[in-house]
Amino acid sequence: MKRVIVFSVVVLLAGCSSLGVSPWERQNLAKPEMELNSSPLSTALDDHIYFSKEASSGGRSFGGGGCGCN
Amino acid sequence: MKPNLKDLLASATCALLATSSGVHAEDPHPVGEWDISGALLLYSETDRVQAVEPVINAKKALDTDESINIKLTIDTLTGASASGAVPSTQSQTFTRPSGNGSYVTPAQSIPLDDTFQDDRAALAVTWSRPAFWDTQSELGINISKEFDYQSLGASASFAKDLNDNNTTLTTGIAFASDTIDPVGGAPVPFALVQPQGVTPIRQSGNQDKTLIDLIAGVTQVIDQNSLFQINYSFSAADGYLNDPYKIVSVVDPVTGAPVFANAVEPNLPSVVFENRPDSRTRHSMFGQYKRFMQGSGDVLDTSYRFMLDDWGINSHTIDMKYRRLLPNRKFIQPHVRFYQQSAADFYTPFLVSGNEPQSGDTSRLASADYRIGEFTGYTIGLEYGQVNQHNSWSVALEYYLQSGNEPDGKFGELEGLELYPDVDAVLFRVLYDF
Repeated sequence: MKRVIVFSVVVLLAGCSSLGVSPWERQNLAKPEMELNSSPLSTALDDHIYFSKEASSGGRSFGGGGCGCN
Repeated sequence: MKPNLKDLLASATCALLATSSGVHAEDPHPVGEWDISGALLLYSETDRVQAVEPVINAKKALDTDESINIKLTIDTLTGASASGAVPSTQSQTFTRPSGNGSYVTPAQSIPLDDTFQDDRAALAVTWSRPAFWDTQSELGINISKEFDYQSLGASASFAKDLNDNNTTLTTGIAFASDTIDPVGGAPVPFALVQPQGVTPIRQSGNQDKTLIDLIAGVTQVIDQNSLFQINYSFSAADGYLNDPYKIVSVVDPVTGAPVFANAVEPNLPSVVFENRPDSRTRHSMFGQYKRFMQGSGDVLDTSYRFMLDDWGINSHTIDMKYRRLLPNRKFIQPHVRFYQQSAADFYTPFLVSGNEPQSGDTSRLASADYRIGEFTGYTIGLEYGQVNQHNSWSVALEYYLQSGNEPDGKFGELEGLELYPDVDAVLFRVLYDF
């Protein structure tokens, strides 16, 4: 199992190394709206609602909790 | 000079939390300002829960690669919540969770416990700074308190940039210790709900649970305009995982009607407290893709999550946002979300009389909580806002519909009744960045 994981990670990283841009090509990627979680407060509020109404949580980051609502 | 609101809020936050002492005057980098933002969420379900949730967030760059973030969230919930009991062709009287007082559910209606009320305060502090092996670390603590629930948590995550900063590997761990002190005490699993005024059958002392979350992910820049992220996360919960306020109806094996057998309160049906496993393990895969539209300046944000747990639940979540850039740095962002989950193995909308578990029999599992039943959730929303150097704002309106699948195995009068009515809600959210 360990070997499979190590192999997968190596293949993934090797694949990833052919993607990407140079530092001077990051003008668009550097925009705040291109952050993966560009509005953390909205995300947290929505996640809290869904956490209390559905049986799934997390994925983007930790599963959350700290609430008796589920 | 009149101080502006941002400065006032910043100094109030610093004074309150006394975190400014950690910043040294000899720091070679100029210490940044506090970035204060606030949000308010109003959530309203038709005939059920109403919630008001204000949040204030303060972030300060302590250095070019070090920052602290403090977030305070307050939650106020009121209204009614489905108790788990089945509707009936006759009215039913239920005892409130405290054991004092009762409420009447009319015939044909889904029983809603109208005593649902909760206030919650949560504080989260996150410290982001460089760590070993050229990683960027994020260390966090969070505390959350309700009158019947308390949670203490800590987390640590590390990110490492590779391939000329085009690939980022992330890993993290979070731990939480929760204490539950239900109103009236934690019920004995499968104990019959007693009439009001009669001593309820409860366990003594507080209940607790622990949660451990692990996450590992990779973020990859594809080209000048797009990137993606893939995360795997594992979550293990141990301890008291029951909902102490949820009950399960015991119905007649022939008529399907609730059994009324209480001598003190003839309108109190036979309902028992639920029992879930004392552990839960979840696995999730999450993928996100973001694309900047060259020319228009619009942004496409899509994500998918698959979740699987050892309760027999699996779920799919698809989320899509399209941020359309408008003149004057304004934007409009439509949002759709689709969620589908299967039912837990022990989801039991009703128990049949003669086959119900004995009080205290923890070898049996049953819960009628609709949130672990099979359903589909749909969200549609629109956000409108403006991005400025200071005073950015946005407002969002969303509609959420939870459409449940009627459980199999209905018989007798249950066949003519809706056990899993739709739940819908409106969300209104305001964000302001000072």
